[in-house]
Amino acid sequence: MLEYAWIIPLLPAASFFLILLFGKRLPFKGSELGIAAVGAAFVLAVVVNTQWFDHVNEAEHAGSEEAAASVEGSEGSEAAAEDEHFTVEPITEEVTWFQNDGLDIEVGMLLDGPAVMMLFVVTLVSLLVHVYSTDYVAGDRRYTHFFAFLSLFTASMLGLVMAKSTLQLIVCWELVGVCSFVLIGHWWEEKANSDAALKAFIVNRVGDVGLLCGVVTLYFASGATASERTFDILEINTRALAGDISHTALLVAACALVAAVMSKSGQFILHVWLPDAMAGPTPVSALIHAATMVVAGIFMVGRLYGVFYQGLSIGISTVNLLAVVGGVTVLGGAGLAFVQNDIKKVLAYSTVSQLGYMVMALGIGAWTAAFFHLFTHAFFKACLFLGSGSVSHAVHSFDMRKDMGGLRKWMPHTFWTFMIATAALIGIFPLAGFWSKDEILAGASQLGGNGNYVAFMVVGITGAMMTAAYMTRCVYLTFFGEFRGHGHPHESGPRIVVPLWILAGLAVVAGLANIPRLALWPDSFELRFEHFYEPKGAYFPSVLPSFAAPEFSPGIALASTLIGLFGIGLAYMWFWRGAGPQHVTERSRVAHAGYTFLVNKYYFDHLYVDVIAGGVKGPVARASNWINQNVIDGVVNGAGRLSLVAGRFVYDRIDQGVVDSVVDGSGFAAEGGGQLLRRLTSGKVQQYGALLFGATAIFAGVLIFVV
Amino acid sequence: MIAQNIFFYLLAALIVGSALAVVTTRNVVRSALYLVVVFAGVVGQYLLLAAEFVAVTQILVYIGAIMVLMLFGIMLTRARIGRDVQLTHDHWWIGLVTAVALVVVMGYALIDKFGDDALPRDTRIETVAGSNSATVSDALFSQFLIPFEVVSVLLLAALVGAIVLARKDRA
Amino acid sequence: MLNQFLLLGAALFCIGVYGVLARRNAVMVLMSIELILNAVNINLITFGAYHGDIVGAVFALFVIAVAAAEVGVGLAIVLIIYRNRHSVDFDDVDAMRG
Repeated sequence: MLEYAWIIPLLPAASFFLILLFGKRLPFKGSELGIAAVGAAFVLAVVVNTQWFDHVNEAEHAGSEEAAASVEGSEGSEAAAEDEHFTVEPITEEVTWFQNDGLDIEVGMLLDGPAVMMLFVVTLVSLLVHVYSTDYVAGDRRYTHFFAFLSLFTASMLGLVMAKSTLQLIVCWELVGVCSFVLIGHWWEEKANSDAALKAFIVNRVGDVGLLCGVVTLYFASGATASERTFDILEINTRALAGDISHTALLVAACALVAAVMSKSGQFILHVWLPDAMAGPTPVSALIHAATMVVAGIFMVGRLYGVFYQGLSIGISTVNLLAVVGGVTVLGGAGLAFVQNDIKKVLAYSTVSQLGYMVMALGIGAWTAAFFHLFTHAFFKACLFLGSGSVSHAVHSFDMRKDMGGLRKWMPHTFWTFMIATAALIGIFPLAGFWSKDEILAGASQLGGNGNYVAFMVVGITGAMMTAAYMTRCVYLTFFGEFRGHGHPHESGPRIVVPLWILAGLAVVAGLANIPRLALWPDSFELRFEHFYEPKGAYFPSVLPSFAAPEFSPGIALASTLIGLFGIGLAYMWFWRGAGPQHVTERSRVAHAGYTFLVNKYYFDHLYVDVIAGGVKGPVARASNWINQNVIDGVVNGAGRLSLVAGRFVYDRIDQGVVDSVVDGSGFAAEGGGQLLRRLTSGKVQQYGALLFGATAIFAGVLIFVV
Repeated sequence: MIAQNIFFYLLAALIVGSALAVVTTRNVVRSALYLVVVFAGVVGQYLLLAAEFVAVTQILVYIGAIMVLMLFGIMLTRARIGRDVQLTHDHWWIGLVTAVALVVVMGYALIDKFGDDALPRDTRIETVAGSNSATVSDALFSQFLIPFEVVSVLLLAALVGAIVLARKDRA
Repeated sequence: MLNQFLLLGAALFCIGVYGVLARRNAVMVLMSIELILNAVNINLITFGAYHGDIVGAVFALFVIAVAAAEVGVGLAIVLIIYRNRHSVDFDDVDAMRG
């Protein structure tokens, strides 16, 4: 099955076309096709995962046998087993798409650890979202269209994770962007929704410029001649790690690609589209803007990690661009989550913050930590979003302050799954978020150059506290207190609740995938995530001496848990007990200014729309208008006048004078000739006779004298 | 030979002169009578060429029948006898030019081709029983029988046609 | 001697042509046609004598016969023209004028 894993994206792609063509006529309006395709893809993804585990185990045994053969004695086999320095070959398939004068463009499939993991995550979350959507958007004006684009999105995301070359990556990257645009603007009749969709697409476009620059730089830097250059991801990584690509080129490419990560994964400063994208239906937010599309940037960094590791000198420095961007995002996103009244916007900023964690982790060299956090985050964030959708289904609104409160009485399932997922997000032991966030913090303190990345550890811990606080606020406003809305909310149907429980269950147990090395359990249970999913080969920085996986640090684990509980405690005191400086923003001008700053989202939107776009728009538009009116129109008008004059001249002189007189002349000639020849037929016989004899004489003369 | 030549030239002069008179005179009847003289001259030429039968036939038919017919025709069409009617076109020179061209062309061809030939001294045609008429009749009724019959039919047709044409219309 | 006869024939022929083309009276045209025919006859007889053959004479006889027929019909036609138009002037016979 591993060689045929490329079928997996084709199933939802086929269902996209089939739903578009036939969906409206089917009994369930196309949703059954989508669910069937994604379900089949999920089953195949599970099969692929199982076979990948076997593949890795085989590689391990082959590696340890080699090591044992080269080192004598039993010490060697232990050391080899501990070090895990074996090579796992990724499964690749490729076909040549087109060739152009020595340049071969190929498309293919690259199946290794991260790809296999993403297959599982994307198909599972997509399947649950499909089932959820059959209830959530039931009766919608564009139900079939919705499912068609969910299928297309799933296909594009799956294609992205299995892309073999950077060109394929770009194609699938753009496709997921398009699907995001279509799905955010699902109810485009309301202007706010279509504006949000456009904002998402245009901001992503800005980052895509960075992607393109980075890919092209890597292409040209990867070799000296056209036959050496390549778009292949494995090749680029291998050459970067072997030192075949110049450091400057890698640095430039890495910085350009960071711009792409900024836009797609909602990092500061191009994060502005993600909260607005909440205008789309909640299943879309859960699937695209929590679990899968926004992690495409993280995935891209992880795929080209050799480039980033060498380009930004991750292993040997204490601060680099990627880590800074991630760190700023952690704190910035968490800060904004405090002042939102819309439950989905809280979760959106929480997503931004958590993505910041992942980018920061990649920036400090903790690859497995970042991907593990991606894995767990997909589950509990999707659960949170779907839970918020269930709540909105009941109260028909997303505003926490106005329409929610005390909902735990009427919606127990939603309440409990939301609580479990919140606890996982905050990082309570032993739920999923604890293990993954902890690994990032441990990495911050252990990895890196001289002072390590300690600053980022502080950032991470602060972010954990803020996460705990704003999520507690969100839970309080939604489920506790007095019900502020109207109507009678009730629990949602099974198609909504069952996916919630599945995701909550995963949020609980997913952390066990990468439990660290403690003596409490057998070795074969430890670090399974790292064992199976971290790439092991010449194309991954683990071959470099500066690369290391973070060790479990009980101190940091305890510290982060305590900080999280501290954050919960703060929020509890504020909301449940009403303690602390309540209504301080109305009393203190400083507090009010800070609050306004946060509510206006750090004035980023103002910067982009009014300052940058407006500044370009105004003078540039005026200048181009002037050029258009005066220069271009002048030329066109001049050409028009010139042709008018020329036409008049041609008409008067040439047409009337010359051509007409020729035509008239020929007419006169014909008439004159006719009149002349008319005299031949005079009716006089003797004249005919004269002609006859004359002609005879002439012909005879010719015959005799000439011939 | 000399005598033949002298007579030839005399007759030729007569013929050509009368022919010229035929086409130039302003009197119709005189023109007809000049034509008779032409015919007579031609008869002399035939005799010089030892074609006696044809010569006699010429006298009988041409002068005797055709000319009489012409005179009848002149009478019936009330051609004015006298000199006051113009008998030649205004543009007679076209005819002159044509005729001169023709004679030049023909003359050149004839002199060029036949200038060196001469009639045999003895212009006697091979005869049957020493008689020209017998020779002619022999050829006519054996070799040329069919043309002979055809010509008789032609004459019949001409006769009938002339009668039909010339009779008065049934009112 | 041969070409003298032939030249005589040619001259007569051309005089006849002149007469056909230049004369106005229909009967005079017919008479000019007779001149032409006689010229032809002279030619025929001359060649007959040249080759020592009777064919020339026989052919000349045929020509005479045909000439007679032609004159008969021709004069009949002239009579009809005269009857209809009261004129035998060829200048007046131009109903086929184009």
